[in-house]
Amino acid sequence: MNPVIELDARRLLCPMPVIRLQDCVEKQASGVKVRITCTDPGTMSDIPAWCRINGHRVLATEQLDHEYIFLVQKDPDGN
Amino acid sequence: MTRKAVALISGGLDSLLAAKLIQQQGIEVEGINFFTGFCVEGHTHAIRKHERNRVKRNNALWVAEQLGIKLHIIDIVDEYKDVVINPKHGYGANLNPCLDCKIFMLHKAQEWLKQHDFDFIITGEVIGQRPKSQRKKLMPVVAEESGADDLLLRPLCARSLPETLPEREGWVDREKLKDFSGRSRKPQMALAAEFGFEDYAQPAGGCCFLTDQSYSVKLQDLWDNRGKRDYELDDIMLLKVGRHIRPSKAFKLIIAREEGENQFLSGYKRQFQTISTVSHAGPLALIEGEPLDPQQLELACAITARYSKGRDADSVEMRFSDREQGSRRIHVKPLPAAQINPDWVIV
Repeated sequence: MNPVIELDARRLLCPMPVIRLQDCVEKQASGVKVRITCTDPGTMSDIPAWCRINGHRVLATEQLDHEYIFLVQKDPDGN
Repeated sequence: MTRKAVALISGGLDSLLAAKLIQQQGIEVEGINFFTGFCVEGHTHAIRKHERNRVKRNNALWVAEQLGIKLHIIDIVDEYKDVVINPKHGYGANLNPCLDCKIFMLHKAQEWLKQHDFDFIITGEVIGQRPKSQRKKLMPVVAEESGADDLLLRPLCARSLPETLPEREGWVDREKLKDFSGRSRKPQMALAAEFGFEDYAQPAGGCCFLTDQSYSVKLQDLWDNRGKRDYELDDIMLLKVGRHIRPSKAFKLIIAREEGENQFLSGYKRQFQTISTVSHAGPLALIEGEPLDPQQLELACAITARYSKGRDADSVEMRFSDREQGSRRIHVKPLPAAQINPDWVIV
């Protein structure tokens, strides 16, 4: 089983966390999972929106204190 | 064969409409959005606590979702520096290099088009809408200097401009494009209603901090006091946060104005010497510049204390922290507001 790729986007303000996720996901094969940890509350809308328009899936979202954590799967439908 | 267009998506209404017009002609559209570090409305919302409850979204992502297109957000922070620092066509009213910016972005779009095998570029430009970058006589200059040439189609005003390759080749029907011009937003709002778009971002020109006078003054101050015209991403982020007070050429204070800014600035504790208030509720201040002598440090603490809840107290306990020297406590009498020289305040 492939490990989950961890991305640290703490202290980055939008759209930088999205760019960080985008640049990581681009290099991966379909189905790969990436967990990104953010501190900008704007990621709560931006990361799901970016996933929706690009065909990726948010598998889980978690908020811990001032951190927002997203588990994203690249293009699960293989499009 | 389905033709493909790449649309420059700013997040505003014009690029939304331009892309929609082209989509309607059966063209496959994808969007690109450039991150310069200055088009950062969302950043202020993220930093300031009282703004956090406002509904906020990335408008470029929202536009892409309305259109059902992919959006590629491209980090051009480093390359963009040369546009800001050495604009061939000069600045607008502030440090906004709008014409060079447009040329640069179209050049990047043209590179992207080649790499991704797309056929042409579309923008939401409207003749005469912006005083500099959208003047009719400059539009050919933009197309030529960017290298986009006649691969650049401006659907909202195309019928008032010479034919471009996508029109000549019949990929798009010129008659279905528009001839908008001028600063009125009514034609765009009518077209938005026709397409059923609501809740779009309000126009226009307010998305770039370089068009803001106060921001430009702070950037110029940064250049003047460093003796060189350069910046890093952290510099341009910090110019948007807090009060900027420069009591001498040697140093500047960046003082948080509220809790959200305090939290944001605390993320820079490893990079800067800081002053915080111990005996009262108060702001965090970053010290930017040379190491301070004892007199300068006392002044910096007294200024910071003036913005604390202890501003009227005889003595306020402050903490000076330095990553290498550790921290120590300093007692000061807050500087009365009248003694803060207006020339120190960078606005």
